[in-house]
Amino acid sequence: MSEITNVAINLADVTPGFADPVFESQAVFRAILDAMAHPGTVTSLPSSLYPPVPHFQAQAEVALTMLDFETPVFVDAALGRDSLHNWLRFHCGCPVTENPAEAAFAFVGASTMPLLADFNQGDPKYPDRSTTVVIGCEALTGGAAQWLEGPGIAGRIWASPSGLPETFWAQMVANREMFPLGVDVILADETSVIALPRTVRVIDPAAEQEQ
Amino acid sequence: MESVATVVDEAAGGALPASALTLQRQRAHGLIAKAPAARVRALFDALEVAPQASAVRPSDIGLLMVRGRVGGSGGAFNLGELPVARAAVRLADGPVGVGYVAGRDTGHAELAALADAMIQSPAWEALLETQVLTPLEADHAHRQIETGRKAAATKVDFFTLVRTRSEP
Repeated sequence: MSEITNVAINLADVTPGFADPVFESQAVFRAILDAMAHPGTVTSLPSSLYPPVPHFQAQAEVALTMLDFETPVFVDAALGRDSLHNWLRFHCGCPVTENPAEAAFAFVGASTMPLLADFNQGDPKYPDRSTTVVIGCEALTGGAAQWLEGPGIAGRIWASPSGLPETFWAQMVANREMFPLGVDVILADETSVIALPRTVRVIDPAAEQEQ
Repeated sequence: MESVATVVDEAAGGALPASALTLQRQRAHGLIAKAPAARVRALFDALEVAPQASAVRPSDIGLLMVRGRVGGSGGAFNLGELPVARAAVRLADGPVGVGYVAGRDTGHAELAALADAMIQSPAWEALLETQVLTPLEADHAHRQIETGRKAAATKVDFFTLVRTRSEP
């Protein structure tokens, strides 16, 4: 982690962040809080940001809101790692890491993400220290639908994000089984997010019909 | 509070190891940070044409932990916290400048950042040198002479004192 953090930030391609960091990050924080309180619900983020790389709008807003000098960040190589490292370190002052297990936050693409099990799962004494994985999806609707149950969901609701790897929902089931350990997931498209905290239970409709 | 490492990173601007440009930028950073904010502002106000610049990050104020070391071999200790204003601006023709100055004057830091960006732009470098940096350098030399003169006036010669020490 220290090797990258000691390299000078190349400012040539750094785009501006929030114009009004205090109020804009508060508004985004509030939206993320709502999303986390209502797992599976599509929550739109107030967007006024010029993202450093394409298709990173909502992820960028989450990044500027959540990251600071105490949160090591993992960035998926496929997203344009160098320019994102520059941008995140300039605006958030955060350390960057190439080891998913060291990361407090991870920004990955749906088709190129490592396994959820590769990230920091937390410590039995401090389960809150696990990684929060922010996954950039093509869209938050239109994919294979899954039932979600758990705290914050009245009964059950559908979620159907598209572009996720085939094994994603099985990984979410495995993630739930490790409770209270496990990662929290935020799915993001250009303007909105769906939160899937580790408390959410995923029910595959095909498996349910067989029972 | 930002880590000191981040500050050093940005001020170096990715141009390590020290090139001629880095040395020039360091000189400008030093001159502007040491000069009174009002003087820097007056010099920039006097420019006939000023470059168009936009903020890359809104200027802000934070604290830096200043670390000290007694002698060359003592352990490092925290001397105290220093309020620092910082800014980062981008000129219309590309270069990004960063400015860090002690104190809470974000306007001063913005001018430092503007100067840092102008140095990296062939179109503005000469104007900055003649209209801002040269006068500031003269001011600085003048301040040093003045301080030296005041200090010299308080000098006490101890040669009249004779060590008288009774034998035990």
